[in-house]
Amino acid sequence: MKIAVCVKQIPDPATPYELDAESHLVVRPQDQVLDDTDRYGVEIGLQLAEASEGTVTLFSMSPSGSLQGIRQALAMGADKAVLIDDQALRGSAALTTARVLAAAIEREGFDLVIAGTESTDGYTGVVPQQIAEILDVPALSFARRVEAGDGKVTIERQTATGYDVVESPLPAVLAVTAGSVEPRYPTFKGIMQAKQKPIENLTAGDLGFGDDDVGIAGSGQSITAVAPIAGRQAGEIIEDDGEAHLRIVALLEEAKVI
Amino acid sequence: MAILVFSEETDGHASASALELTSKAAQLGEVTVFHVGEGSADALAELGAHGATSVHHMDPGDGLPAPAAAAAIADLVGGDAPAAVLFGMGNTDRDVAGRLSARLGRPVLAAAVDLSIDPVRVTSEILGGTQQIITEATAQAPALVIVRPKAFAANDTGGPAPSTTAVAAPDVGRSGSAVVVERHVEEQEGPDLEAANVVVSGGRGLGGPDNWHLVEELAAELKGAVGATRAVVDAGWVPYSLQVGQTGKTVKPTVYIATGISGAMQHMVGMKDSGTIIAINKDADAPIFGIADLGVVGDVQQIVPKLIEALKARS
Ligand SMILES: Cc1cc2nc3c(=O)[nH]c(=O)nc-3n(C[C@H](O)[C@H](O)[C@H](O)COP(=O)(O)OP(=O)(O)OC[C@H]3O[C@@H](n4cnc5c(N)ncnc54)[C@H](O)[C@@H]3O)c2cc1C
Repeated sequence: MKIAVCVKQIPDPATPYELDAESHLVVRPQDQVLDDTDRYGVEIGLQLAEASEGTVTLFSMSPSGSLQGIRQALAMGADKAVLIDDQALRGSAALTTARVLAAAIEREGFDLVIAGTESTDGYTGVVPQQIAEILDVPALSFARRVEAGDGKVTIERQTATGYDVVESPLPAVLAVTAGSVEPRYPTFKGIMQAKQKPIENLTAGDLGFGDDDVGIAGSGQSITAVAPIAGRQAGEIIEDDGEAHLRIVALLEEAKVI
Repeated sequence: MAILVFSEETDGHASASALELTSKAAQLGEVTVFHVGEGSADALAELGAHGATSVHHMDPGDGLPAPAAAAAIADLVGGDAPAAVLFGMGNTDRDVAGRLSARLGRPVLAAAVDLSIDPVRVTSEILGGTQQIITEATAQAPALVIVRPKAFAANDTGGPAPSTTAVAAPDVGRSGSAVVVERHVEEQEGPDLEAANVVVSGGRGLGGPDNWHLVEELAAELKGAVGATRAVVDAGWVPYSLQVGQTGKTVKPTVYIATGISGAMQHMVGMKDSGTIIAINKDADAPIFGIADLGVVGDVQQIVPKLIEALKARS
């Protein structure tokens, strides 16, 4: 099986994010990490490839920087990576990301495209569905359990009240939730091998996109204002001295819920 | 100004988000709803009562609904385009919004907490709700907007049943070849998490699924609903339907009690607008204390049983 896994390098979520004052875009440091939620997609890709003597190719549209995040995913066992890194792509909308990734994946050929349900640093959460529409294949989204074989994929899809079992022929796009599998940690050997694995670099132009199709110009939206939100203030903080539950009861009374 | 709202039917009812969005849209213009599901009389009546004048109804059968729904909506908005198409954060909502975006070549303006039209401008909260951005749709109409749950109130204004047009699911070929082979509803006891007056949520600090009964008993004592963090959902202690946060449910109860929850940004966006927030955590530096009205630094396994006893003693 030929498996494409979409991964994203993001600024370390443990450090506070900064917005560029003029462009309102998140400032991207040299060293970025693999989005933690992508480790699940990589793991599922590796398991399916192992079971089918297939290959796993990573696709990522991001400023490459030191490539630390991509190497993390290669060290887990992916075979190679295709990176689309282009100044013209700065400020792209999710739809542009989907178009660029879909074009790169189509050029390579695929049986299954795997992505995370949403990235940690974004909040649009529709890229897998957009890729599926562009590639004209089913989207198996919100998958919490995945099985594949005999040219089809079966998933458990989270719903608001439980889950559905959904079956689809290949090719397809699969979007997995965290918790769907236990991602492996890279071994020392994996980390050493990752340094030798091929990384192909493409520009938007290589995939047939003009400068006006992508980036801020092609985003179809513009940020008109950014302002900090006056957050909720912290209230009273007490140490439990064995009687703290009584303070809670008093507050529940005050709130008139008991 | 015409506005189209997406609605999905569950158990004979329109989605909560569809009723909220229909109410908001009715204040801005003329509302048409694209409704996916069986199309029960109750669901249609609810949409009318909240201000929808017409409904396009599509029954997707056993197929995953999004590919056909996106194609049908694209046809519908092709001629006289509405100013905006509004979606909630439900899984089908997001599937349809993404596909429609690719079909029409329009971006999706996501995580909206406020909205105005002419031009379409959306307010969303980013970076864990610390910053607010206003984004204007500059592409041709319709703008595609995903709105966070409870951003707008659902108002039953007693409107009449809407005029309903049946839409046949268009044949979308390969995209539409995924089918639902089984449906599982995970039964929940007690009040609905999204509507409950009191929510008691538990996190990894409970220590393990064996202690989860503490959360359940406390919730039962307060006639409240049980919620959870993604960490414990992913660990398999409780089903996803209990998850509160960015990728789960958004709750605004009168009282929210967080037990053994650190207060990650992604959790807090789903509960920070609750009336009174009470947090119990053994780590005095836990971020949840930053938004709690009452923070108790201590062990949930000590405090929660005593709290349950004290409440029992009162009743
Ligand atoms: C894209 C994305 C989306 C996400 N969406 C969501 C979402 O919708 N909802 C959500 O909740 N999370 C979400 N998360 C995950 C989130 O980032 C956190 O990982 C998660 O909320 C942490 O859950 P927790 O508080 O249970 O666990 P932890 O962060 O591990 O916190 C456990 C807490 O328990 C305390 N504790 C331990 N023992 C005790 C004790 N005996 N007594 C009292 N306190 C104790 C600890 O001090 C600690 O603060 C998302 C993450 C990503 C990347």
